[in-house]
Amino acid sequence: MEENRGIWVFIEVTDGKVEGVSLELLGAGRKLADKLEVPLAGVLLGHDVRKISAKVIEYGADIVYMADHAVLELYRTEAFMKAVVAMAEKYKPEIFLYGATPNGKDLASAVATDLSTGLTADTTMLDVDPEKRLLEASRPAFGGNIMATILCKKHRPQMATVRPKVMKALEPDASRKGEVIEEEIHLEESEMRTKVLQIVKETTKTANLAEAHVIVAGGKGMGDKNGFMLIHELAKTIGATVGGTRDVVEAGWLPHDQQIGQTGETVTPKIYFAIGISGAIQHVVGMKNSELIIAINKDPDAPIFDVATYGLVGDAFEIVPQLIEKFKELIKEKGGEISYV
Amino acid sequence: MHIVVCVKQVPDTKIIKINPKTNTLDRRSAPAILNPYDAHAVQEAARIKSRTGGTVTVLSMGPPQAVAVIKKSVEIGADRGYLISDRAFAGADTLATSYALSKALEKIEQESPVDLVICGKHAIDGDTGQVGPGIARRIDIPPITNVIEVSKINSDEKKIVVKRKQLNGYELIESQIPCLLTVEKEINDIGYSPMPNMIKAARYEPVIWSVADLGEVDRAQLGLKGSPTIVGKMFSPPRPEGGKKIEGEPTEQIKELMKLLEEKIDLFCFKA
Ligand SMILES: Cc1cc2nc3c(=O)[nH]c(=O)nc-3n(C[C@H](O)[C@H](O)[C@H](O)COP(=O)(O)OP(=O)(O)OC[C@H]3O[C@@H](n4cnc5c(N)ncnc54)[C@H](O)[C@@H]3O)c2cc1C
Ligand SMILES: Nc1ncnc2c1ncn2[C@@H]1O[C@H](COP(=O)(O)O)[C@@H](O)[C@H]1O
Repeated sequence: MEENRGIWVFIEVTDGKVEGVSLELLGAGRKLADKLEVPLAGVLLGHDVRKISAKVIEYGADIVYMADHAVLELYRTEAFMKAVVAMAEKYKPEIFLYGATPNGKDLASAVATDLSTGLTADTTMLDVDPEKRLLEASRPAFGGNIMATILCKKHRPQMATVRPKVMKALEPDASRKGEVIEEEIHLEESEMRTKVLQIVKETTKTANLAEAHVIVAGGKGMGDKNGFMLIHELAKTIGATVGGTRDVVEAGWLPHDQQIGQTGETVTPKIYFAIGISGAIQHVVGMKNSELIIAINKDPDAPIFDVATYGLVGDAFEIVPQLIEKFKELIKEKGGEISYV
Repeated sequence: MHIVVCVKQVPDTKIIKINPKTNTLDRRSAPAILNPYDAHAVQEAARIKSRTGGTVTVLSMGPPQAVAVIKKSVEIGADRGYLISDRAFAGADTLATSYALSKALEKIEQESPVDLVICGKHAIDGDTGQVGPGIARRIDIPPITNVIEVSKINSDEKKIVVKRKQLNGYELIESQIPCLLTVEKEINDIGYSPMPNMIKAARYEPVIWSVADLGEVDRAQLGLKGSPTIVGKMFSPPRPEGGKKIEGEPTEQIKELMKLLEEKIDLFCFKA
């Protein structure tokens, strides 16, 4: 255990691009590495990924462990897991972080089993105790009502998957220096038991909410599907994307992929309108990192006001129509169009 | 086809209550149910069986009262079930859980070879999704997580094709059989159980195994002892400080909001 040193981040690559969560983890990992006074490394697997290593360094890594192999072209548990386990056994990191994406979770679960170590799922807060060199990975428990800090005292590496969009990436710095270590990995296509036959993109679905600059989200307070039309109207006026709470989705006012929160999307738009939303913790975890939050609720004690930058206490059916008119005037004044694409 | 489905009994987190003083789960407030994802896993196994023939076995680890989720699985369409239950299993994290379940799977395998293992995407109490891939690694079969459709299955050629949900869409994956799938809720709809299943379930008595029944087991890898992770502390989620509250007549409120927004006008993108 004493010989395990250094913080590792799994770098997830899709279509030649690094997933945002991996960059966020380099940012979070940098802080842990500085606290423990150890290097931060990115683990980069794929085919023709050498050019990506520079980016990993720009975003905070001191070292990139790279495996470039045709068998690693597309993510497959068995291939990636073998490569990662071989690297971890050789270089012995003390902390190893992965994005809580389908691939990140899948890989981390398999690697943890082979390395016989602990793995904390869906972490939303990370810290480290520098004396004990213990990773403190905190995550929502029991449906998000409470946070639990998970520790792994006697096994190394200490591993965690971390939810996208809760950590902050550093500003990329092109002058940063780092080392790229290329690993020879022995993999044979003929030994693989799985094959990716086809990748189908459905870009219109969740990408919308996740990338939206402005979101207008509505809750049960809109009364019924008809009342919820006001949410759509405001969104249309200001070129925003519509989202909602789980209760709204379960009532059938919105499709599943427009749910925001713990069991839905995590969003970080520039502006987030929360209208007729009480602000239950499961909803708030999915939107609290928005830059500007405007809440409209008739209950002055609604918890949504605790996260709102500006909170309007009142009836949405009186406020929103007037707001729509004001925005229409403003847009006209500014040139007639509002757009984020 | 012999399909084994791993099912877990969980507290219903939809109606769970937390004691705000002790930060612990008020168990009386939460009825125990079959993990919803596992219900879909059983349903999918039953559907595959209706195409290929064979047997659906369910396997659970938990306290004696977890026989209830095995009975529920029989209601959905499982043929039989095993519960592994022993004090030695208590306090297991995902590593220890996958070890215990893989040992039980090996025992089931001795009686009748297993072609497919199906787990839920995650259990709603732990929310980890780590046990499925863990089991797959331990018995050395490929795991395929987040499955939303079993598109093709060919038991003669020992091949399966599934759709795996991805960040923006899905991928089509071909795998050799045996393999392990973890399934999303989209994979099927659970309707009412057929009457004969209900009757069978009511009378069904699952086999219960203790550690001693599992044969050669390394006790150091079980339960709390075999779990590398521990819960440090529990705390209420940090409460962010609220910003400015604007009260009064709607017209006045809007006026004030628009004035505040003027200062942040850069956040909006106007096109001239
Ligand atoms: C395991 C688990 C996971 C969950 N995951 C999610 C998740 O991902 N996302 C999510 O959103 N929820 C989630 N929930 C549910 C969450 O706990 C809340 O139940 C839900 O967010 C509440 O939705 P709401 O705010 O729309 O409804 P309510 O809580 O019913 O709030 C309605 C609000 O509207 C206000 N209102 C009423 N009329 C008006 C009016 N005319 N004008 C202005 N305001 C008005 C009321 O004052 C009230 O505050 C989850 C719960 C659990 C247990
Ligand atoms: N105690 C258990 N008994 C049987 N199956 C389990 C158990 N724990 C987890 N599983 C299976 O593993 C899946 C993922 O669980 P988890 O990793 O705890 O989120 C569940 O949906 C079940 O299929």
